[in-house]
Amino acid sequence: MQHSPARKRVTPFWRDERFLQALGQAIFLLAILSFGMLIINNMRTGLQKQGMTLGFSFLSGIAGFDIAELPIVYSRTSSYLQAYTVGLLNTLLVSGIGIIFSTILGVILGVARLSKNFLVNRLAALYLELMRNMSLLVFLIFWYQGLFLKLPRIKDAIVWFDSIYWTNRGIGVPWGIPTASYPTFQLILLSGIFLALIIYFSLQAYANRTGRAPLSLLWSTLAFVIVAALGWLIMPVKPLEISIPFAKGLNLSGGKIFTPEFMALTSGLVLYTAAFIGEVVRSGILAVSHGQVEAARALGLNGFQTLRLVVFPQALRVIVPPLTSQYLNLTKNSSLAVAIGYPDMFYVSSTIINQSGRAVEMIAMVMLTYLTFSLVTSLFMNWYNAKIKLVER
Amino acid sequence: MQNPETILPPITERSGILRWLRHNLFNTWSDAILTVVSASLIYWLVKSLLTWAITVAEWDVVVANLRLFMIGQFPLEQVGRLWVALAFLVFLTGNSLAIWDRKSYLAAILILGLPVFLIFLPFAPQTRIWLGVLAAAGILGWGLGYSAPQSIKRSVAIGWLIALPIFVLLTRGFTPAVEDVPSTALTIVPTNLWGGLLLTFLLTVVANIFSFPLGLLLALGRRSELPIIRWFSIGYIELVRGVPLITILFMAQLMLPLFVPGGIDIDRVLRAMVGMTLFSAAYLAENVRGGLQAIPKGQFEAAHALGLSGAKTMYFIILPQALRLIIPILVGQFISMFKDTALVAIVGLFDLLGIARTVLSQPEFIGLHREVYAFVSLFYWTLSYAMSYISQRLETSLGLGVR
Repeated sequence: MQHSPARKRVTPFWRDERFLQALGQAIFLLAILSFGMLIINNMRTGLQKQGMTLGFSFLSGIAGFDIAELPIVYSRTSSYLQAYTVGLLNTLLVSGIGIIFSTILGVILGVARLSKNFLVNRLAALYLELMRNMSLLVFLIFWYQGLFLKLPRIKDAIVWFDSIYWTNRGIGVPWGIPTASYPTFQLILLSGIFLALIIYFSLQAYANRTGRAPLSLLWSTLAFVIVAALGWLIMPVKPLEISIPFAKGLNLSGGKIFTPEFMALTSGLVLYTAAFIGEVVRSGILAVSHGQVEAARALGLNGFQTLRLVVFPQALRVIVPPLTSQYLNLTKNSSLAVAIGYPDMFYVSSTIINQSGRAVEMIAMVMLTYLTFSLVTSLFMNWYNAKIKLVER
Repeated sequence: MQNPETILPPITERSGILRWLRHNLFNTWSDAILTVVSASLIYWLVKSLLTWAITVAEWDVVVANLRLFMIGQFPLEQVGRLWVALAFLVFLTGNSLAIWDRKSYLAAILILGLPVFLIFLPFAPQTRIWLGVLAAAGILGWGLGYSAPQSIKRSVAIGWLIALPIFVLLTRGFTPAVEDVPSTALTIVPTNLWGGLLLTFLLTVVANIFSFPLGLLLALGRRSELPIIRWFSIGYIELVRGVPLITILFMAQLMLPLFVPGGIDIDRVLRAMVGMTLFSAAYLAENVRGGLQAIPKGQFEAAHALGLSGAKTMYFIILPQALRLIIPILVGQFISMFKDTALVAIVGLFDLLGIARTVLSQPEFIGLHREVYAFVSLFYWTLSYAMSYISQRLETSLGLGVR
C-alpha cells in the first residue's frame, strides 16, 4: 500500500494484512484443534462404553495365535509385540526381494520396449499394457488362487531335475543347511567382501587418476569368488550341507520350501511393479538425446557398451525419482498380502485387532511403520539422487 | 557387340515382406535368437491360453452369475433406473466421440456397436430391450454430436459433470421404502444391496468427485504463505501418501464409527467412500500442485499488475490454466482409483471382486477360481484400457497437456 506521505493514514488493524493472516491462521488452528478434540472425545466415550481405554500396554500380552512364516523365533505364547515384529520382518523380506527382482525385470522390459526387433518390442509393449491396466489386488488373487493353489498335489508333484518340487503346498528347492564349520566360513566370506571392496576402490582410484577404465566390478567380484571358493575347499567339514526336498506323506520335507502365499505375493508384486518400472526406464532412456547414442556408436562402442557406459548413466538421473516412488508403491502394495493370507505386518495386525480389539492402537502402529519406511526410503533416495546429479559448471 | 538381353538388370533390394523381416526380425544373429525365443514364447502362451479357455474352462459360472457381477443384490424391479442412468452415459459418450474425435469412425463403431452386439447374445428379453435402448441412445448421441455445431461442446461438458451425480441419485432413489406399500420406481435402495460393477463404479465416481474440492484446497494450502495452513497441508498429504490404501480403508471401517457421536450409524459403503475420498484427495493435491507449479511466474505478476486480488488471481488466471494442464493426469488418477476400489472387498464390501468371492463360495461353483478371477481381471482390464484409450484420443484432439 503506497500512499503519498502527505495523505498517509494509519491502516486500522482489522484491515492490516498481517493481522488478517494471523487471525485466519488462528481460526484455522482453532477449528482443526477443536475438530480433533471432538473426534478424540467421541472416541473416548465410545471406547469407554465398550469398557476399553487407549494404551499400548496390551502389546506385552500373549498373542495366542500361530503365524505360518517365521523369520524369527515365535510361538503361540509369544507377545503381541513379537507377533508384530514377525509381520514387520515378513513385510521387509517381501519388499526387499520384490524391489530387487522388479528392478531387474523392469530394466529388461524397458530396454525390450525400445528394441528394434519387432517381436521383442511388441511383446514388451503387450506386457506393459496388460499389467498397467490390471487391478493389482485382482491380479494377486488370481495369481494365488488360480495358479499357485492349482499346482498339483504332493503325490503328483511336478519335479524338475529331481530337486525342484512344484506343488500346491509350496515350492521346494535345494538349500544349504549350515554345519558346524559355517561360522568360520562366514568369517572367510566377510574377509572376501573386504578384499573385494579394497580392490574395487583402488581400481576406481586408479581409473580416476589415469583416465583408463579397468573393469573394477568384474575384478572385485572375481576376487570375492576366488576367496569364497578357496575357503570352501580348505574347510575340513563342508560349511553348508546341500539338502534336497522330497515328498514325505502329505508334506514336502528337506530343502527350502517357499509357501504358495509367499511365492504368489512376491512374484505377483514383481510382475506388476516391473511393468511400471519398465515404463520409467523407457522414458528415462528416451530422455537421453539421440546424439549421445550416435556419438557412442561413432566412437566404436557396441550396442551393449553404448547402453552401459553412455545411455544408462545419463538416464539414471531421470529414472531415480519415479523409481523411488515405485519402490515405495511396492512396499505399500505388499500390504495386499492380507487378501491371500501371507502374514505380513498388516495381516498380523488385523489378526491382533481381532484378538484384542485394539483397533486404534494397531492402525496407528501400522501407519507409523509405513510412514517410517517412506521417510527412510526417500531420505536414502534423495542422498543417492544428489550423488548422481549432473555436476554443473 | 553386347546383346542388350544379356545385360542383367540392376540388383534391387528385395522389397516387401522379406525386406521387412530382415530389417525388423533378423538384423543380426543375436536379433535372430531373440526373435526365435519371443516367437516360441508367444506361440506357447497363445496355445496354452486358448486350449484352457476353449476346452478346460467352465464358463457357466460367469454366465449364471452375470447379474450378480454387474449389480450385486440390487432389487430386480428397480433395475430400470440403472439402465436409464447408463443410457444417459452412453448418450454422452456417443455425443463426445462425435464432437471431439469426429474422424475415428472405428472407435465410434466399436464403442457404440457394443450394445448392438450384446443384443444378439442370449440374454433375457427385458435385458435385450434395455440394450436396444442403450444402442439407440449411443447412436442418437453420436448423430446429434455429428450434426450439431461445435458450440455445444460446453453443454456436453456440463452434461458430463451432472451425469455422475445423476447416476448416484438414480441408484439410491428418492422415496423411502415403506413396509406394506409396493415399491415405486424410485424407492430408496439401501447401500448394502449395491454390489458388483455398480458398486465399483459408484465408489470410484464418488471418491473422485468429493476428493476434487478437498485436493484443490490442500494443493493451494501447500503453496500458501501462511505457515500453519502450509504445514497442515503438507502433513496431511505426506501422511496419506505414506501409508497403503488398505490401512486407510481399515481405519474408515473400524474407527469412523468411533469418531462420530454415539447413535449415528454410518453404513459400510459410506465408510468406504469416506476412506477412498480422503485417500484420493492427497494424491489429487499433489497432481494439482504439479499443475500450479507449471504456470510461469509472469502470469501471477501480470494478474497482480492488473489489480486482481490473490483469490481472484487464482480463480480467474491460474486455476483455469493449471487444471487444463493436468486433465490427462487427472484421468490417470481416475483410472487408478477405479482399479484400487477392488480393495474394498478386503473390508467386506461386495464390489466386483467381493461378488467374485461370494460366487466362488456357492457350492456348485467351488474350485472355479480361474474362470471367475479371469473374468473379473478381464473386466477391470478392459474398462481401464478403454478409459485410458478414450482419454488419450480426446487429449490429442483437444490439445490438452500441450502448451
